[in-house]
Amino acid sequence: MTTTAAPARVFGSGIRRREDPRLLTGTARYTADFSLPGMVHAAILRSPHGHARIRGIDMSRAKAAPGVVAVFTGADTEAGLKCIPCAWLLPNAGLNVAPYRAIATDVVRYVGDAVAVVVAASDYQAYDALDLIEVDYEPLPAVVDPQKAAAAGAPQLHPEAPGNVAFHWTVAGGDVDAAFNSAPVVLRDRIIQQRLIPTAMEPRGAVAQFTPATGELTLWNTTQNPHIVRFILSVVTGVPEDRLRVVAPEVGGGFGSKIPQIQGDFITAFCSMKLGRPVKWIETRSENYQSTTHGRDHVQEVELAATKDGRILGLRCTVWAGMGGYLSTAAPGIPTILHGLMLSGPYQVPAVKEDVYGVYTNTTPVEAYRGAGRPEATFMLERMLDLLAHKIEVDPAEVRRRNLIPPFDNGHDVVTGLTYDSGNYQAALDKALTHVGYENLRRDQAAAREQGRYLGIGVSTYVEICGLGPSQVAGAVGFQGGLWESAIVRVHPSGKVNVFIGASPHGQGEETTFAQVVADELGFAVSDVKIVHGDTDNTPMGWGTYGSRTTAVGGAALAVATRKIKEKAKLLASHLLEAAIEDMDYADGKFFVKGSPDRFKTIQDISLLANVAWNLPQGMEAGLEASSFYDPPNFTYPFGAHVAVVEVDPATGKVQLQRYVAVDDCGPQINPVIVEGQVHGGVVQGVGQALWEEAVYDDNGQLLTGSLTDYAIPRADLLPDIEVLSTVTPSPHHPLGVKGIGEAGTIASTATVYNAVMDALQPFGVESLRMPLTPERVWRAINLTAKKDA
Amino acid sequence: MKSAVSISVNGRRYEQEVEPRLLLVHFLRDAGLTGTKIGCDTSQCGACTVLMDGVAVKSCTTLAVQADGTSVTTIEGLAENGELTPLQDAFWATHGLQCGFCTPGMVFAAHEILRTNPNPSPEQIRHGLEGNMCRCTGYQNIVRAVQAAAADPRSAGIGGGR
Repeated sequence: MTTTAAPARVFGSGIRRREDPRLLTGTARYTADFSLPGMVHAAILRSPHGHARIRGIDMSRAKAAPGVVAVFTGADTEAGLKCIPCAWLLPNAGLNVAPYRAIATDVVRYVGDAVAVVVAASDYQAYDALDLIEVDYEPLPAVVDPQKAAAAGAPQLHPEAPGNVAFHWTVAGGDVDAAFNSAPVVLRDRIIQQRLIPTAMEPRGAVAQFTPATGELTLWNTTQNPHIVRFILSVVTGVPEDRLRVVAPEVGGGFGSKIPQIQGDFITAFCSMKLGRPVKWIETRSENYQSTTHGRDHVQEVELAATKDGRILGLRCTVWAGMGGYLSTAAPGIPTILHGLMLSGPYQVPAVKEDVYGVYTNTTPVEAYRGAGRPEATFMLERMLDLLAHKIEVDPAEVRRRNLIPPFDNGHDVVTGLTYDSGNYQAALDKALTHVGYENLRRDQAAAREQGRYLGIGVSTYVEICGLGPSQVAGAVGFQGGLWESAIVRVHPSGKVNVFIGASPHGQGEETTFAQVVADELGFAVSDVKIVHGDTDNTPMGWGTYGSRTTAVGGAALAVATRKIKEKAKLLASHLLEAAIEDMDYADGKFFVKGSPDRFKTIQDISLLANVAWNLPQGMEAGLEASSFYDPPNFTYPFGAHVAVVEVDPATGKVQLQRYVAVDDCGPQINPVIVEGQVHGGVVQGVGQALWEEAVYDDNGQLLTGSLTDYAIPRADLLPDIEVLSTVTPSPHHPLGVKGIGEAGTIASTATVYNAVMDALQPFGVESLRMPLTPERVWRAINLTAKKDA
Repeated sequence: MKSAVSISVNGRRYEQEVEPRLLLVHFLRDAGLTGTKIGCDTSQCGACTVLMDGVAVKSCTTLAVQADGTSVTTIEGLAENGELTPLQDAFWATHGLQCGFCTPGMVFAAHEILRTNPNPSPEQIRHGLEGNMCRCTGYQNIVRAVQAAAADPRSAGIGGGR
């Protein structure tokens, strides 16, 4: 007798991605790869000034240049397009939305603000003609720092927003003033969350095709959320949604920068509508840096109240969040809902209060950037906890232990009003400390200091909010849309499956993981399940891929739709096998009669019989298809603990990241290899903020880091291998228990690495240092800090 | 004023009149070979890396006229009849790509590493990848991909491509 091992579940298996063969052979098509008959090319003239009045534009030479088809300015688009809407209208915050035009008409408010567009037969000709446009600018005083912009006497950007304040939002819970009045320990820091540039490797772009005879407009777009693009494009252009098709073809990363609808998208659509022919616009990287959205940009003043044994009593802070020259699509929600509500993190915090001022500055508009609000909250807490540990002379890991919320598996209310779904923060911290060998590391650190070597160890624990989110909450916080997700599962007669989803993955691998879910639930081969996404003409409405929500919300829709298929299949099997439905069972793709496993129908049998419909039970409709529009009952709350080990060279100020350990808990993992990849990339982006990346403006609003030569994204030779571990705490409300992993690494790693460097610098008495921790900044801190005793 | 060039790409000869300023990457993409990507305008990102006479070059800093008389291999020229080369397969096996935009350039950067050093250490691989940027993977699985390709006996004589 032979025994066969139980088939390994495909859910949880690190199978190869279905996306990769086309990506590895150059056959995948990104927006820039589309060419259509009669297509012409657009190039956009951008403001070279941070703030200036446009006194006049002379287009005559450009119009006469070889190959030029048309030149348009703001006067033209003003007549054809509405303003670009802000889609997160924060309530109770005195929100002032200033008009944001596709092309500026009278005043430009950041370097990169669109001034004119040239359409020509080739892209070389379009760029040649751009140089021939003469714009008469009257430069105006500019302001780039959000705190300075909100101060009295600052240059004013918009008459609609006195004092440059776009909004003032507050969150409060508990009695924070009482906490501070009685606290034995109060610590303060001023933290700069420097401005970052997302730098998806594919720049943004669009191909628009307007057909005058039908009034139909198709836009191929580098977007994370094609259905939102259709919604907003319809509002701005007036083309009704039924005649608007938006396609996100292959999209080369986004990290938040492909959520918003930017000037170039509307300009491209406008040109095609005006000219009645296809128009392509693909931004250059320098243009991307000026005109596609940035991230972070907070000035944070933070106070922590605590007991002498390191227990948090309260957190009080004021944040000035730079919004840029205009409010980008989702911008107001990021430093508020996604930041302020996460202020208490994984800790027991009895009282918090935060004031957030969203401030217009003469800079590129700010949007979501991987983590979006949560890294800024995590950093604030983790920095203050390290200061507390130092102050009371208790180990930083121990201070965290004393404050962590105890394990819970079905709901925990926190002071900001949220209810976390499930968590076991202590377990994640223990696992990280054990894996890294924390106690030995501390001994190594002490020994190294004796030899004049400066090791630093950084520890952080975090929890994040993702799986955005219940639509009722979205409405209550002013998000101008829903936040449910959709899936249609269609089983063909041959037992092959198409799944149509509203979300829009762009590198995260859901064509594979979603196929794994369907295969696991129904017993199909993964290779028999194809996931279709990204085209508004053949996918159900959905709100897109951001906020680690595709699996956390879209995956739930998929699970629900798949289970509807399973129910119907079981009913049909019971009919065909002449067994009562209660007597039916299912395992490994077979519906069988309990106790008689030889009486069965496979899912493939059912696929055929449901579709031919020769013998269905009374009342059953033909076909094998189900849909779900899933609105989650709550957010999901992934969490974890990270540890970084660095060495600082005091002679040069160079920081070497030696080890990085990440323990993340995103619930059950559909594909652990893909989860690990998300952690790698996320951690490295956060390391980039800690050590290298910053968008630097001068006082006139010039972007000094305007290309990849000046803006330092992480490179391969600067990094160690990331050691990736996990714990598994299912979400109680998600049908698959999953929580989301896309942003976890970034949320934790900036604070972890920063704290490690500051730990290394302790012998030099350095208490606060601005990110990024470049060699020059670290060297200056070491050499110019008086308390040097090492 | 145009110049005549004759460039062999993936085994097919292209004879054209081109503007002297035309970049090789635009020449390739205009020929319909859009697998080669443009990720920057300062020769930093490496997404446009191709092979010219078997050696990796950034096609955004190579003029089409400089490629005259050479033999160029783009990402479309590696797999034959859909069968991935060992190097491409190594990227697939190790999850060495996510959004895929940097991947064509990364494959050729990896190719160059292995061409010049068949058994590179992880440090040597990281050094060799320094001129190519990836924002998704954190590079770790790309390093693994190069290691896996180096260990694959089929990788011997990797200087290939048509």
